[in-house]
Amino acid sequence: MNSLILTAASRAIAALMLLFSAYMLLRGHNEPGGGFIGGLIMVTAFALYAKSFGVDAARRALFLEPSHIAFAGLLLAVLAGAAGFLAGEPFLTGLWLFLGASGDDKGLPLSTVLLFDVGVYLVVVGSVLALFFELEA
Amino acid sequence: MDTIVALSAGLLVAGGVYLLHAPNLMRLIFGLMLLGNAANLVLLAGGRFFGAVPPLIAEGETLVAGDPANALPQALALTAIVISFGILAFAIILVLRSYQFLGTADADAMRLAEPDTAWESPGESPGESPGESPGESR
Amino acid sequence: MTAVSAPSAADAPAGNPLWTFGFALIPAGITAGLLLLLPAVSAGQAVELVIPWVPSLGISAGFRVDALGLLFALMIAGIGTFVFLYAAEYMRGYANKLRFFILLTLFMVSMLGVVLADNLILMFVFWEMTTITSFLLIGFSHNKAVSRQSALQGLLVTGAGGLALLAGLLLLGIAAGSFDVSTLLADDVDVRTHGLYTAVLVLVLIGAFTKSAQFPLHFWLPNAMAAPTPVSAYLHSATMVKAGVYLLARLHPVLGGTDAWLWSLTIFGSITAVLSAIWALQQTDLKQMLAYTTVMALGTLVMFLGSGSEAGVAAAVTFLVVHALYKSSLFMVVGAIDHATGTRDRDRLSGLRRGMPIIWLIAVGAGFSMAGFPPFLGFIGKELKYEGALAVASEPWLVAAAAVLANACMVATAGLICLKPFLGSPGRFDGTPHDPPAAMLIGPLLLAAAGLATGIAPEILGTSLVGPAVQAVWGDPVVVKLKLWHGINLPLMLSLLTFAAGLAIYRYRETLRGWLTTLAARLPVTAEGAYDHAIAGFKRAAAVQTALLQTGRLSRYVSVIAMSMAGLLVLALIDGGTVGFAWVPLLHALASASLLGWTAFALIAVAVPVIIWSRSRLTCICSLGAVGVAVALLFLLHGALDVALTQLLVEILFVVLLALVLVRMPRLNQGRKPRVVRRIAAVNALAVGGLVTLTLLAILNQPFDGRVTDFFEAKSVPEGYGRNIVNVILVDFRALDTLGEIAVVAAAFLAAVAVLRIFRSAGVGPADGVGTGRPATGTAPVLPADGVPAQGSTP
Repeated sequence: MNSLILTAASRAIAALMLLFSAYMLLRGHNEPGGGFIGGLIMVTAFALYAKSFGVDAARRALFLEPSHIAFAGLLLAVLAGAAGFLAGEPFLTGLWLFLGASGDDKGLPLSTVLLFDVGVYLVVVGSVLALFFELEA
Repeated sequence: MDTIVALSAGLLVAGGVYLLHAPNLMRLIFGLMLLGNAANLVLLAGGRFFGAVPPLIAEGETLVAGDPANALPQALALTAIVISFGILAFAIILVLRSYQFLGTADADAMRLAEPDTAWESPGESPGESPGESPGESR
Repeated sequence: MTAVSAPSAADAPAGNPLWTFGFALIPAGITAGLLLLLPAVSAGQAVELVIPWVPSLGISAGFRVDALGLLFALMIAGIGTFVFLYAAEYMRGYANKLRFFILLTLFMVSMLGVVLADNLILMFVFWEMTTITSFLLIGFSHNKAVSRQSALQGLLVTGAGGLALLAGLLLLGIAAGSFDVSTLLADDVDVRTHGLYTAVLVLVLIGAFTKSAQFPLHFWLPNAMAAPTPVSAYLHSATMVKAGVYLLARLHPVLGGTDAWLWSLTIFGSITAVLSAIWALQQTDLKQMLAYTTVMALGTLVMFLGSGSEAGVAAAVTFLVVHALYKSSLFMVVGAIDHATGTRDRDRLSGLRRGMPIIWLIAVGAGFSMAGFPPFLGFIGKELKYEGALAVASEPWLVAAAAVLANACMVATAGLICLKPFLGSPGRFDGTPHDPPAAMLIGPLLLAAAGLATGIAPEILGTSLVGPAVQAVWGDPVVVKLKLWHGINLPLMLSLLTFAAGLAIYRYRETLRGWLTTLAARLPVTAEGAYDHAIAGFKRAAAVQTALLQTGRLSRYVSVIAMSMAGLLVLALIDGGTVGFAWVPLLHALASASLLGWTAFALIAVAVPVIIWSRSRLTCICSLGAVGVAVALLFLLHGALDVALTQLLVEILFVVLLALVLVRMPRLNQGRKPRVVRRIAAVNALAVGGLVTLTLLAILNQPFDGRVTDFFEAKSVPEGYGRNIVNVILVDFRALDTLGEIAVVAAAFLAAVAVLRIFRSAGVGPADGVGTGRPATGTAPVLPADGVPAQGSTP
């Protein structure tokens, strides 16, 4: 596709979408969003990028082999679940750590649940992109 | 509103089932897509919508204000959508590959594994002549 | 008839690695361990080991060694030691020795599991394991059709019995309220008066009878002779077939004693014993003769377990030991003869005594025990049998007559095996008779010697093992005295009668065989024939069914599925009693629907027909996108924000995917269906679609229990620390579901990638379409690129 407008705009749009996808992922526990939605946005960004600059450029931009990302995500999700064992809880029990919590302020919540959602995100990104890159190659 | 969803689901199912009968495998994929959408609607409606307020709790609260929508079927439908996407993607690649491999997108013409003649003589003998078995020494 | 399982030396590596002997250490070690338990168990204690398995269902992996279990376990491991040793030598010429010994070990372990398991379900698991491993062992020479067929026959018969047994054990567990054998035996649970008793009894008996080869399901056992001889020796003496007997003995205190139990065991057991004892005389293959005597022994055991008397049970338990000892050693003798001469045909074998003196000695020792001559253990067993027969609760004279007749045939058969092949002038066979190497001698020799030693000094066996085992079967304390001389009494008279009859049968064996052979040829129906007919009928039914349903036409499958679904939906609607709707409120609800709702519906209503009828790929893609957006709108209207977002994103990506793929596909108007097919499709579509709408409305009319959602709503912030309830459910409350789902997503997409990569190296691409990458089957019709089959008109 040789659209000048698309080519010119898509770099910026893709970058914005990447940012947006990370935002959707991280806020997902409290607002609409989450691993699935964030992952799909990321895929859309890369599909757009691949459309304008070619698959090879998109592959280089992604830096990692998409199928590896998918497997890493699956592993991360399983490990996040297994972390429950450390606390003597059943598999997939969420563990929470509130950094800098004081009184009313809950601080920065970190949790295995978030790691799990990141795993979901990576699986969606990796597996869907693997197919798109393969198909356009 | 529920009635609208029920009518839409029925319509999507009808279209999907009709398309599944089509010989062209791409149309079959279209049918599967419609059925997938219908299934998600049925899943959500069958699990009850409840209210129309999104199941989001305001900052500092512990319950949803107003009449919240049912969160459980939403969670189920959300994953169902992504999974059906995966399955459909696999199906469509399979169709593409079999077209490239067999030279046809007509399901009924794909008879590589089971040529038409295979159905004429179903198996007759129950194993290799039971008379040989050691129990029947004459 | 030639030897079916003579070693096929041609395809095997020579030599005999030492490790094959090493396998014998496994059963030897187990035997030693069991012997350590013997003093405690003889004193009436039971050794237990319990591992929780499925605690929520009350199933535990419990093992319990009591006297009955120990008796069986000792036979399994003890005889197993000698069988393993024998096999190490015997299997010298076979290929795949490692596989053989692993299978044999697995078989032994599963047998031990059956007799030591303290839980009915656990026992059943081991029971099925014996079925599977014996299938693999019987069919070990898998390049022979006879082996495969016999193995399959054994598997089908015992497997079917296993299904019945599973049902029986489940019902028993329900009736008794526990699946633990010890609880069943200890508590005063009276299953006999329970309403399920008859069902339990019938199902358990089917399981036991198939496994222990009772008439009319006996035929698989003689056919199982296709296995290598060490397997036959093991299968027939101590394992497999004894599993059914063990089951009956084990459940005797729970199920036994009723009229139904007495009569069914007595009748099936006595018929089996007599018929198989007679048929043993008709055989010419020595191994085959032994196989029929095994069936006879099993019949006798079942008959006495159904006797309902202490003496009968004592006879059964004693005979169990007697039979295990002589049968294993006789099988190994026959294997040695087969090895040396290349034949097992009794007509061709004679005069072996000079070449194989030690084997003859063993044969005589074991054979005399089989015939029941004093001072062998077999004599004590036989005296006890007659004593038990006369004490039978149901029909003592019927049982006694059956026992005498069967034993007389056994005397003659024993003579045919241990005398006939060894006496006279050398027969017509190829090899030079010679005694086998020590590894093949030591087992049968010791086992035969054990038959003699325990016959001379039976008290040790009686007090340490047989007595406690009888007590375990009978339930109440009993005194069992094993001794050679009981004085001149009725059993002794019957013994003399047996010997006389046996000698007569031996004398006139050829005449008798002539009659039997004529009879066999004239039998209108045989059990095996019935089995063959059943299997053939099953295959025909499968062929008809397949031809009817598996037409190879996708549209026909879809039609069948659609019609079935419509039928099921109609049934569900009728069954739910929800056919009659309150139509007015529905219409009212329709009228009050929002404009956006109607818009979404209208979008779908326009787009679906367009997808169906349009021939333009681009139009179809756009319409599919429109449907996706309309569905997302419906989600949104019902407060499903996250779902709507996901739906929209997926829709975008799918449209991109479709566009990428569709450009490489042919036009959509290819291959239109005949008008009739399209009409059927339309009818199916309208029926299923309409029914889905009706069903959904009916569901929505039902009351709903929303407690799960209430729980999630209430716990989302306090316990999930999240305000988006949908996301909290996804990644916390129901995270296991999500884990499974992302695994599926990854698998589906990566599989699609794999499908794309296949053949890419073989050079099949969109450009060349057909041919180069096709596997060289040569039978497939050549399909030109336009998609019309070059051959094969459709019926």
